[in-house]
Amino acid sequence: MSARLRLFSWIVVWITFFLTILGSSEIALAQTRDPNSISDDEVNAIAKYLYCPVCENVPLDVCGTQACEQWRQVVRQKLAEGWNEAQIRQYFAEQYGDRALATPPPRGINWLMYIVPPVAILLGVWMLVQAFRSWKRPPATAAPLQPESLSPEVLKRIEEELRQR
Amino acid sequence: MITDLGYGALALTFFLAIYGVVAAVWGVRKRRPDWIDSARNAMLLTFPLLTLSCLSLIYLLVNGHYEVEYVASVTSNSMPLYLRITALWGGQAGSLLFWSWLMSAFASAVTLRNWQRDREFLPWVIVVSLITLGFFLGLTLFVENPFDRLWLLPSGIAVKSFFAPEMAIPYYQSDGKGLNPLLRHPGMIIHPPMLYLGFVSFVIPFAFAIAALITNRSDDRWIQITRRWSLVAWLFLSLGLILGGRWAYDVLGWGGYWGWDPVEIAAFMPWLSGTAFLHSVMIQEKRGMLKHWNMILIILTYNLVIFGTFLTRSGVLSSVHAFAQSAIGPLFFTYIGASFVVSLSLLLQRWQDLKSDLHMTSLLSREALFLLNNLLFMGILVICFWGVIFPLISEVVTGQKVTVGPPFYERATAPLFAGLLLLMGIAPLAAWRHSTVQTLGKAVWKPTVVSVAVPLIALIGGVRNWAALFGFWLAAFVACVTLYEYGRAVLARARSRDEQLLVAFWNLAGRNRRRYGGYIIHLGVVLMAIGIIGIELFQKETQGTLAQGEELRLGPYTMRFESLAVFDTADGRNVARAVVSVYKNGRFLGELYPRRDYYYESQQPMTIPGLRSTIEDDFYVLLVDWQPISSEGATFKVYHNPLVNWLWLGGLVFIIGTMVAAWPEGEKSAATVRVGRRTPLVTRTP
Repeated sequence: MSARLRLFSWIVVWITFFLTILGSSEIALAQTRDPNSISDDEVNAIAKYLYCPVCENVPLDVCGTQACEQWRQVVRQKLAEGWNEAQIRQYFAEQYGDRALATPPPRGINWLMYIVPPVAILLGVWMLVQAFRSWKRPPATAAPLQPESLSPEVLKRIEEELRQR
Repeated sequence: MITDLGYGALALTFFLAIYGVVAAVWGVRKRRPDWIDSARNAMLLTFPLLTLSCLSLIYLLVNGHYEVEYVASVTSNSMPLYLRITALWGGQAGSLLFWSWLMSAFASAVTLRNWQRDREFLPWVIVVSLITLGFFLGLTLFVENPFDRLWLLPSGIAVKSFFAPEMAIPYYQSDGKGLNPLLRHPGMIIHPPMLYLGFVSFVIPFAFAIAALITNRSDDRWIQITRRWSLVAWLFLSLGLILGGRWAYDVLGWGGYWGWDPVEIAAFMPWLSGTAFLHSVMIQEKRGMLKHWNMILIILTYNLVIFGTFLTRSGVLSSVHAFAQSAIGPLFFTYIGASFVVSLSLLLQRWQDLKSDLHMTSLLSREALFLLNNLLFMGILVICFWGVIFPLISEVVTGQKVTVGPPFYERATAPLFAGLLLLMGIAPLAAWRHSTVQTLGKAVWKPTVVSVAVPLIALIGGVRNWAALFGFWLAAFVACVTLYEYGRAVLARARSRDEQLLVAFWNLAGRNRRRYGGYIIHLGVVLMAIGIIGIELFQKETQGTLAQGEELRLGPYTMRFESLAVFDTADGRNVARAVVSVYKNGRFLGELYPRRDYYYESQQPMTIPGLRSTIEDDFYVLLVDWQPISSEGATFKVYHNPLVNWLWLGGLVFIIGTMVAAWPEGEKSAATVRVGRRTPLVTRTP
């Protein structure tokens, strides 16, 4: 190994080391964050997309019950511990089930939630296209009316009526 | 005594409804008009009888007869008179009776019309109306009886029953639980009757549609008869939805107007199918096409009306609205299933007879664009329906319930709503039967160019949200098209008749109410769209705990916490009321008084926002929490809602437009207004 390459390797190792230290110190700093320093807005930004099982269909950020207040404190605590939004959502989903999330996570039967509406709409589009196509085709049974099929008397009367107009 | 009277009238109406159905069918089978007349009289009699029943219940509510279980559950001594009266629809049993009363009113009104031309429809309209009424009366009578009394069993347990259980003694209470605090709001007092009026009035077009199927009338007579009924139903449903939105904004304390709650959606779904129907019937009237589709739409709307009532009343989907939960779900489910099977079977039987020889000739014709509009409405309907029932499916299959919240609905429906707005701009410019790219392009380019100015101004003004800019363009485009169309017709009339512009405007709307009422509705939708863009894309919020004298900033606003008072009221509330001063860009605007009411009887809190409204924005303050002992610190949640009042203003314009469209036509003038031929403006009655 040349000296230059060895030097480069050392630099990479040291940079990696410092970055790791720096990163972990950031985590350490975040972990030691005082929960009181977490603003209500930070908590609500996450709580907006969480639902407690008791107050169905009322998002956590606006629910006034004691249970929801406790949940918000949990969010605050987790933020103080350095958790990010995705981790906190995951935590609530694991603790209380998928109903704690604002939308079902796309897995298992939940895929139906996201697939059925577009499929139904596409089906509607297809039906509409088929209908337009069939409407645009001239009807097979509608044979053009031949003048010969009308009797001379009828033709004469039509012409007279037209003249009178 | 009054309880017996109310119950007796209810029971009699139920048997009268059954008799009416039997008499009408018998009259048709035996060709006996006297039996049909008898059925008609039975239907007419349901209204006074149910009025008597409702008045009996109101008497019990007003006079605090707490021995009646319903009265004890929705009223209390501290409630004012108007709330005791409106408690008629404040709980499940009472609201089912109220539903039935409205239904009987509409059914009676329809029997009073002149049936000379449509005699064959009469028995079947009676049958459908009375079956619907009978179903609700049956629920009220046998499952959710508002006249049930409370009884004390020897075991000491209180039970409810109309007739005395064995060995039981009447159970009297000195006070009731009181009405749900959330329902003690002017919006909520008017909102349910409006929704119910919308629901029940859609039964009438459905009854005529079924009558047309049974009597094999393949023309569009049933649509002509029910045109106004459908518009009135739509008017009430729209009004109910708008009032519900305003109620949510004022009472539910989340700073919004629409939370995609399952019960909100339940009321929205028949509105969606009803709106599609109102557009689609125009194609049948104009071109004699889509007879099957219109039948499907009205069948769907009717069943969605029942489904909507079912969702509210069954408690299957718990939500802030589902205050009433009982075992009526399976009955509703069975009824909806049976109704679908019967009506679709009838439609299939008549399928060939309803086929039209006329065909769509152009993909850009107005009828084609209306069909596209129907597709978009149906798309939104599918999303809503699926979002509502998916949690149940998930629970059945996996045992785990999921939440389908606003993010799903907003993302899924937003492009479809945008598509509807675009069509609202293009369709009025397309001609019936035939439109080409050239003719439509010629008509569209001017409003397009003018409307682009709006997003450009917004861009220069600092708006960088591309979705908002696109939305503003769409709104401006529809407004330009509508005003352009209206303006051209007004000018043409003013010139040809030598009328003042205002007179021409008035006369034009009077001459073709549906067309010009429809344009006013479109303008209402534009205003609402601006409000929705404002609040959905630019809403800001913050929350903070303030000591007295401290300030909270949000956008251009500053709010200072001045004081807080906590006191009891005579009507059984504990009120915490804050005083905050509001400043905008440093200028003092005034004081707001956000408060939190705690109802001792029901042990429920209610948050009343402090609100400063202008056409530009709303400053919306909620008192979230406070320190009860010192009263020196309080937590506030504050929202800045730009343009939200355009939503309410648009709602008002929307309702006015619907009233214009539904207003009975006066005598028509024979003369036709001539306008330029460059664009395919149609001035004939649609």
